Amino acid sequence: MADQPQGCARVTGKPMGDSSPPAPGPETPELKKEMPMTARVGQKAPDFQAPAYYRGKFTSVKLSDYIGKWIMVCFYPGDFTFV
Amino acid sequence: MSAVADKYKVLQDLGVEVISVSVDSHFVHKMWNDNELVKMVEGGVPFHMASDQAGNIGKAFGVYDENQGIEMRGRFIIDPDGVIQAMEVLTPPVGRKFSETVRQVQAFQHVRASKGTEATPAGWEPGEPALKPNPDLVGNVWKVWKPSMEN
Repeated sequence: MADQPQGCARVTGKPMGDSSPPAPGPETPELKKEMPMTARVGQKAPDFQAPAYYRGKFTSVKLSDYIGKWIMVCFYPGDFTFV
Repeated sequence: MSAVADKYKVLQDLGVEVISVSVDSHFVHKMWNDNELVKMVEGGVPFHMASDQAGNIGKAFGVYDENQGIEMRGRFIIDPDGVIQAMEVLTPPVGRKFSETVRQVQAFQHVRASKGTEATPAGWEPGEPALKPNPDLVGNVWKVWKPSMEN
């Protein structure tokens, strides 16, 4: 996985269908109009792409790249929290 | 997080990939991994730690708390078709139980392998009998499964 150039813009992940204006910077995700943005069991998961840290490198991760595999997405309140 | 990282091998053996998401930048992910998590988990976090500073992904998954600017503990099991099969959302002070996540993955994989012809009763564990819904089972579940069978 390629190491990506790092800018100083406040980068963030976003759903693939999000139409809000993208922040400047090399990590700006590709946008495309797609599915409605709600998560329910039995429904397709909202696709997203986000900057990520992975095994010593800064990269980006996209949910739909894992179609064909089981995947677990885990949200948590924040780094350096205690639980 | 560290609990999942520590048991990542178990998930890998089940063919499950992991992405963690929080509102921290990927730079902070690096510092947390390199300075603390690596001391809890040999080799550090083995999966992608995604950054969602604006909470956009959290909003799409319904776990973003706008008052606190954080994401709830939300765990989503997504099948190979991209369909969410399970979700568990907890407020911050209580952590999840990893073994229950594994059990749910195994149960959903069992159902998928049966092409939807089987269903797993409460407390089902791999190796235990699953139910085969059909007209004869209606009203007769008690013959094959009782709540006392759940351990």
